[in-house]
Amino acid sequence: MTVAYEPVIGLEVHVQLATDSKIFCSCSTKFGLTPNSAVCPVCLGFPGSLPVLNRKAFQCALKVALGLNCRVQEIVKFDRKNYYYPDLPKNYQISQYDKPIAYDGSVRLMSDPSRVIAVRRVHLEEDAGKLMHDQDKTYSLVDYNRAGTPLLEIVTEPVIRSPDEAYEYLAILKSILLYLEVSDCNMEEGSLRCDANISVRACGETKLGVKAELKNMNSFKAVKAGLAYEIKRQTDLLESGGKVSQETRLWDADSASTRTMRSKEEAHDYRYFPEPDLVPFHVPREYLESVRKDLPELPAARKDRLLASTDLSEREVSVLIMEKKIADFFEAAVRLGAPAKAVSNWLLGDIMADLNGKGLTIDNYGLTPFMLAELIGLISSGTISGRMAKEILKEAAQTKLTPKELVEKKGLRQISDQGEIVSIIDTVIAGNEKSVTDYRNGKTNALMFLVGQVMKHSKGKANPDIVNRLLRDRLG
Amino acid sequence: MKTYNEYLKRIDEVDGRIRAFVHIDREAIHEEARRAKQGFLAGVPVAIKDNLCVRGEPTTCASRILAGFRPPYDAKVVEKLRASGALLFGKVNMDEFAFGSSCETSCYGPTRNPWDTGRIPGGSSGGSAAAVSSGEVPMALGSDTGGSIRQPAALCGVVGLKPTYGVVSRYGLIAFASSLDQIGPITKNVADAARLLTVIAGHDERDSTSVERKGTDYTKALIKDVRGLTIGIPKEYFIAGIDPDVDRAVKKAIQCLRDCGAHTVDISLPHSRYAVSCYYIIAPAEASSNLGRYDGVQYGLRGDESRGMIDMYSDTRTRGFGAEAKRRILLGTFSLSSGYYDAYYLKALKVRTKITEDFTNAFKQCDVIITPTTPTAAFKIGERVNDPLRMYLSDIFTIPANLAGIPGISVPCGFTGEHLPVGMQILGKHFDEETLFRAAYTFEQNTDHHLKEPPL
Repeated sequence: MTVAYEPVIGLEVHVQLATDSKIFCSCSTKFGLTPNSAVCPVCLGFPGSLPVLNRKAFQCALKVALGLNCRVQEIVKFDRKNYYYPDLPKNYQISQYDKPIAYDGSVRLMSDPSRVIAVRRVHLEEDAGKLMHDQDKTYSLVDYNRAGTPLLEIVTEPVIRSPDEAYEYLAILKSILLYLEVSDCNMEEGSLRCDANISVRACGETKLGVKAELKNMNSFKAVKAGLAYEIKRQTDLLESGGKVSQETRLWDADSASTRTMRSKEEAHDYRYFPEPDLVPFHVPREYLESVRKDLPELPAARKDRLLASTDLSEREVSVLIMEKKIADFFEAAVRLGAPAKAVSNWLLGDIMADLNGKGLTIDNYGLTPFMLAELIGLISSGTISGRMAKEILKEAAQTKLTPKELVEKKGLRQISDQGEIVSIIDTVIAGNEKSVTDYRNGKTNALMFLVGQVMKHSKGKANPDIVNRLLRDRLG
Repeated sequence: MKTYNEYLKRIDEVDGRIRAFVHIDREAIHEEARRAKQGFLAGVPVAIKDNLCVRGEPTTCASRILAGFRPPYDAKVVEKLRASGALLFGKVNMDEFAFGSSCETSCYGPTRNPWDTGRIPGGSSGGSAAAVSSGEVPMALGSDTGGSIRQPAALCGVVGLKPTYGVVSRYGLIAFASSLDQIGPITKNVADAARLLTVIAGHDERDSTSVERKGTDYTKALIKDVRGLTIGIPKEYFIAGIDPDVDRAVKKAIQCLRDCGAHTVDISLPHSRYAVSCYYIIAPAEASSNLGRYDGVQYGLRGDESRGMIDMYSDTRTRGFGAEAKRRILLGTFSLSSGYYDAYYLKALKVRTKITEDFTNAFKQCDVIITPTTPTAAFKIGERVNDPLRMYLSDIFTIPANLAGIPGISVPCGFTGEHLPVGMQILGKHFDEETLFRAAYTFEQNTDHHLKEPPL
């Protein structure tokens, strides 16, 4: 008899908060500055320097806590996590241990609203610097610009059941963080990082299996692939009578596999203790309420609202709302009078495809909601054809000219004048006797050919609907 | 008042025997002095303990591991001293990272007690106390984690104040145990202590543990009148094992204050007996973490790097730290380790709360508490070096105030048969430095101990 195995997954997401200055000093958090130019005695951990908590980072943490439906700690305290590494200037990280700023939260999945991913804790901490090993074989360099950047660690319970679920949770979490405007969630720049704890167990078993911690996954897709690999590895191991050992493993995208980084025995004892340089403080309830009041509409609520106020399908709305900027664009175009269905079709079709193809985002694409609304108007008034519109869309995005301006400039106006079209039709009928005869003998395919010929003669500008209608009339 | 040149001359004369100074830049002092000085401490020389950052000046905590370190910034107290017109008068010796009660753990060797150069000046602010006692400077800054201002002040026959935790910014004080450290004045007399505290006290937005209070002029508390003042006498602090001369001198001092119109009441601080044990869990734990940064990566000593990073760390710390620093790092690392945390660190935190509650209760009955500052007068150099437990007990009466965060002042109150100074400790309520000054000032003005000069 074969035993079926099921995976149990928990995710740890580190997200850099988009504050202007670092969490315990006033140095800039800007990405890509000259190495070691955004540093001071505090973030370098110089002797005698002391940390002071950044109010904005604390506020961002509260926003996330509320956005993830967490309970918020009454007293905020920090702890020191002690370990030695050259990217850690003080050889301890100021973090939160036994009292994370928020706990007991939840994220509801969109694909299956009955599935709720429980969030165990959300805590604030400082980021470390960055080691650069590629300069020389004999030494490494360290850039402390990142040291002290505010980080939020968001940890789920071990309740995620598949790599797909993990992927969806991450997508929704990212969506919520972008809606809250607390982070740019840019994985390439490291402002969002994800580690996973994964174990497998026989179906029906309630005890957790031995887990591996998976690191070095640089995209949501890598998380999915890494988890899938690890599930198979652990399952194969158990099925062949082996045992999973508790360890930290690295995902290697090139070989699409995981390998041991360190075993449980090599795990650190972080010697956590309360950070004496930061005084624990009460979270004033009025302040918490004011943050709650100022929370923006979050993806789930927006989805419900758009489902109720538009004729779009659930699938369409789910995709539209995931990225706040896309959803904002959608609503702006609708507000300008464009029909929701048309806006959605354009956004989810040609625009998304063009964005993906060019590696752009909606806000640096060049197209405005006004342009899209105008384009849709031009189609529905019959001024341009759908096919022409596709060209105009791309050109509008590139040239910043509005669709109307482009139509004028390029003389792309669609020919809807019946007289003009009839004269073209007559020319085509005169020159294609065989097709005309075929059509009249019942070969309906011949009509398509004749329409094509008319379109060709009009250089694509004739309104295809009118061509179709008039051609049938003429052919009797 | 002596001119700064006379103080410099005095240093030239006696510091060869005292060895209080570890760094002094005479050129810089002359240059500073040439600029017109204005302010509360205009032109007053102040020596700085070597664990306080002075921009561009060597700041080493008397440790090899910080050799060559010159901080690019001033400690908040140094900034305030500059603003008050004071003359920064060099860096003075201390126990390495303030780990000690005798100045013997300094990488520069021990400072001598001006009253008997064969004896220790106390510690860890031994350099500060000896410099003031020998007349090399009128004032000095020290830091007090378990008695490091009050104990050397007592042993050198000068005044030393540990303010309430949070009164003085710790920004730029190289941390030993962050929840206990506090900077304070060491001076020849109580009035100068009040002047110096007035300058250095006050909220600092760069130190989250500094308390938001408006500025106080502590010299207004120099009132020669203790009528109506109630003094608590804790029975746990007058016990067998105290040098009889010390016991006698302190009791005589209490009688003096009684004669001036103060009342006394017997009180009990039952948990004080656990203070030393509690302290030697908490302080080394914090120290083990605070000293983690001395790894040779960014500044100070760097060990042999030919065998890779871990060996570089190890060699840096092996060579950089002295024996007492290593002992405390090991103690602290052990007590924070997983599996031991609850039994040691957490337990110590609970005891700390009990000790604080003792004081809160006691201060319902009295305004100040008086104890000996130390159980004995200055001991001989080398006497306790190899007996850390006996060394740790020199702070038995001063440690509780750090654990509770309350202020304490040591004032000279007499001499032993060997003509060594004895200090009386006055403890007060949180943020009630004024009452300490009033009691200390009244006592001082009715006695002449502070006027005695060491036989140099």
